[in-house]
Amino acid sequence: MARKMKIRTRTQEGMIEVQVLVVHPMETGLRKDKQTKETIPAHFIQKISLYHNDALAVEADLGISISEDPLIGFRLPTAKDGDKVKVTWSDNKGETGEIDTVVEG
Amino acid sequence: MTTMKRRTFLKGTIAAGVVLAAASAGLLRPARALAAEWPEGAFESRGIQEAIKGLYGASDLTPSDAIQIKAPLQAENGAQVPFAVSTSLPDVKNINVLVEANARPLAANMRVERAAGFFSARLKMAKTSDVHVVVRSGGKLYTAKQHIKVTAGGCGG
Repeated sequence: MARKMKIRTRTQEGMIEVQVLVVHPMETGLRKDKQTKETIPAHFIQKISLYHNDALAVEADLGISISEDPLIGFRLPTAKDGDKVKVTWSDNKGETGEIDTVVEG
Repeated sequence: MTTMKRRTFLKGTIAAGVVLAAASAGLLRPARALAAEWPEGAFESRGIQEAIKGLYGASDLTPSDAIQIKAPLQAENGAQVPFAVSTSLPDVKNINVLVEANARPLAANMRVERAAGFFSARLKMAKTSDVHVVVRSGGKLYTAKQHIKVTAGGCGG
């Protein structure tokens, strides 16, 4: 089942800011289960990409120091109302997701 | 004209040959050869210098006032520490965020194609730590940091 995502745009310091939230455990692979004492396998988003009108604008590699349910923000200096923005992500287990919206400052 | 083209072609072929030889000799690590690949070595690093070296092959950092960090001075919940960085440095290619006291400090490696020098996320912080930002701009690495006091840990207690 696809993971829940949210996307929104807003104007910040004269630019369009895109914020995206992915509901994801971001397991570090360093924690142990308190009962079984077994290590909980790592499961975290490794890559998140933002496309502005279908062109790659920015990409970020993420590690385990990013919180659970990541809320990531990027800014697009050339974006304007009505432009299309899309965010895609992939994790270390091969899961992927995407969401898009139309810019509304 | 024809001679020029032939020369350029030859140069290109020789350069490609050198890269191939280097790659087959194991001199180029996969992370560098394929820019889009997740840089595993840097993310597995246990120290800041090591992580930066893993990303760029160099770790000469210049402190900069042109990097602004927006984060709390004290966080009650180390599992979700809001953190934002913006920079007025020109021609920003990368922004990195590193939590010094975490087991794996590198939190993010952002690559700019056509976006502003801005990145925000919520960080996990195991304990009170400096959080470092590294910005690659004009072929140089600039840095800034902020000390964030954590009153409750973020890595599952």
